Amino acid sequence: MEIILEAVGLTKSFKKHKAVDDLSFAIKRGEVYGFLGQNGAGKSTTIRMLVGLIIPDKGKVFINGTEFINGRRHLLKNIGAIIERPDMYSYLSGWDNLKMMAALSNKNIKQQRIYEVLEIVGLKGREKDRVSAYSQGMKQRMGIAIAMIHNPDLLILDEPTNGLDPQGISDMRALILSLSRDHGKTILISSHLLYEIEQVATSMLIIHKGKKLSDGRVSDLLHPDDTLTEVAIVPSEAVTAHLATSAWSAYLQPANDNALLFKMNPSLIPSLNKWLVAQGAEVRSIVSKHSFESYFLNITNDTAAKNRTL
Amino acid sequence: MIQLLRIELYKIFKRPRTYISFAIVTAISFIIQLAMISDGKSFIAFALQGVSEQFDIHGNVLNGYLIAYIILQSLLMQIPLLIALVAGDSLAGEAGMGTLRLLLSKPVSRMQLVLVKFMGSFIYTLLLIIWLAIIALFLSLLLFGQGDMINLKSDAFILLLKDDIMWRYAAAFAFAMLAMTTIASMSILLSAFADNSIGPIMTTMGIVVVLTILSNLELPLFSLVKPYLFTTHMIGWKGFFDDPVPYAAIGRSALVLVAYTLIFLTATILYFNRKDIKS
Repeated sequence: MEIILEAVGLTKSFKKHKAVDDLSFAIKRGEVYGFLGQNGAGKSTTIRMLVGLIIPDKGKVFINGTEFINGRRHLLKNIGAIIERPDMYSYLSGWDNLKMMAALSNKNIKQQRIYEVLEIVGLKGREKDRVSAYSQGMKQRMGIAIAMIHNPDLLILDEPTNGLDPQGISDMRALILSLSRDHGKTILISSHLLYEIEQVATSMLIIHKGKKLSDGRVSDLLHPDDTLTEVAIVPSEAVTAHLATSAWSAYLQPANDNALLFKMNPSLIPSLNKWLVAQGAEVRSIVSKHSFESYFLNITNDTAAKNRTL
Repeated sequence: MIQLLRIELYKIFKRPRTYISFAIVTAISFIIQLAMISDGKSFIAFALQGVSEQFDIHGNVLNGYLIAYIILQSLLMQIPLLIALVAGDSLAGEAGMGTLRLLLSKPVSRMQLVLVKFMGSFIYTLLLIIWLAIIALFLSLLLFGQGDMINLKSDAFILLLKDDIMWRYAAAFAFAMLAMTTIASMSILLSAFADNSIGPIMTTMGIVVVLTILSNLELPLFSLVKPYLFTTHMIGWKGFFDDPVPYAAIGRSALVLVAYTLIFLTATILYFNRKDIKS
């Protein structure tokens, strides 16, 4: 698949703090590319470097094979972005904001397109209201409308679910999936909310303290065998003893007294449950943790542990 | 670029704060005009105390030209502070609202943005000066009528014939426009350094106040730097009400103001082109 965006060795320091350290990745056309990292990991700095808001100390960004610095204005015609927050001119109406941003895109955008985009983000009928009267969810939607008004191939959405209530998060997720599936957009979406990325991303990049920890297709990175399953039981020495000598011990992970933690394929859960009950265990609950969360925590905790050791 | 400028002007004139300056100029002019309607004759008698003993003065002395001159003297040192309200907000205000990153993630170059901010401030300044001319000069002429204008200086008494005044006002307003453009460009430079508009607005006001005091202090210590301060040259418009008009001095002042404007604008572009947008 064709690469639409490529970052090579991006590095940026603010005084003595290295915010992004030799970061390289590539996004293929049509992907929903999740960009994950804890707060302060360097996601926003990276995204700002991608659209030229922050000038890298080292490294390059290529859009459709052209180096960004050489064709910034031309390349930005094909990128729509919400950086950090969907800020806009709150004393103007949504319509005014959209119209202004359409005019800035250097494309001949017809009024029909503005209505079309309002329809897509579900703000048709509210476009004449001042932005200051919009809810946070509406602002996020208007931000996306502004980002896509000029019909760009690549959308960069930095924390698009920030400040949204559960319904707003669900709506935003549906919108992102629709933009990808129905409108063929390539989307880079950054978040510190793992569950949100898990729901929409086809590929992902995880960074920690400015460094890349992992990237690739979600299906390749998240092996089902790495799923964590927590079994809450009434503590029993007999069960613990049986477990230690059984085949299940291979999957056992350190956990607290009231629970057993297994790292295994979720398809084994029914067999495990049967076996535990057969051993006389009083099983209170079995919860399969998101493999995504397990993966993220494993990989970031590993790095943190290594850093501590060093 | 034209599109960007149209958008900039739309934004400027959609903001209520833009009209504060127009309201202040109107209020001060009205106050002075009202005061002159009610007490102008005794004011003129007091001002001409020394002169009337030596000259026989006839005609409409309290005329629109004189009132406009009094208003301009009161206002032209205050207007820079009003210019700062818009120019100081130009880049820093966008940064504060978060819209700077929105603008710069569109196909707009940073230099274009600075130039458009400068042009926007220039047009705003131009409209403010035109408004000042309407309110201070034309309304005063309507209220007080025409007449020869007496310009009383500390060391001279200048009488300007009424047919010889209008062009002087036109030139004075044009010069004032140049001086205000210098202030606007300085304010935009300060605005490029900041991420909220309060800082550059207050700093512009502070610089204008301090340098104006230095320009007006008759102390040998400051006489060396005075010719290089733009505030010294901002009052060059008064030269058009001298007789003969000191064209050489006015030309020098205009050059200094143009030089300052270019320096401020170039510095803004150079700095802003390399600035990391973190707001």
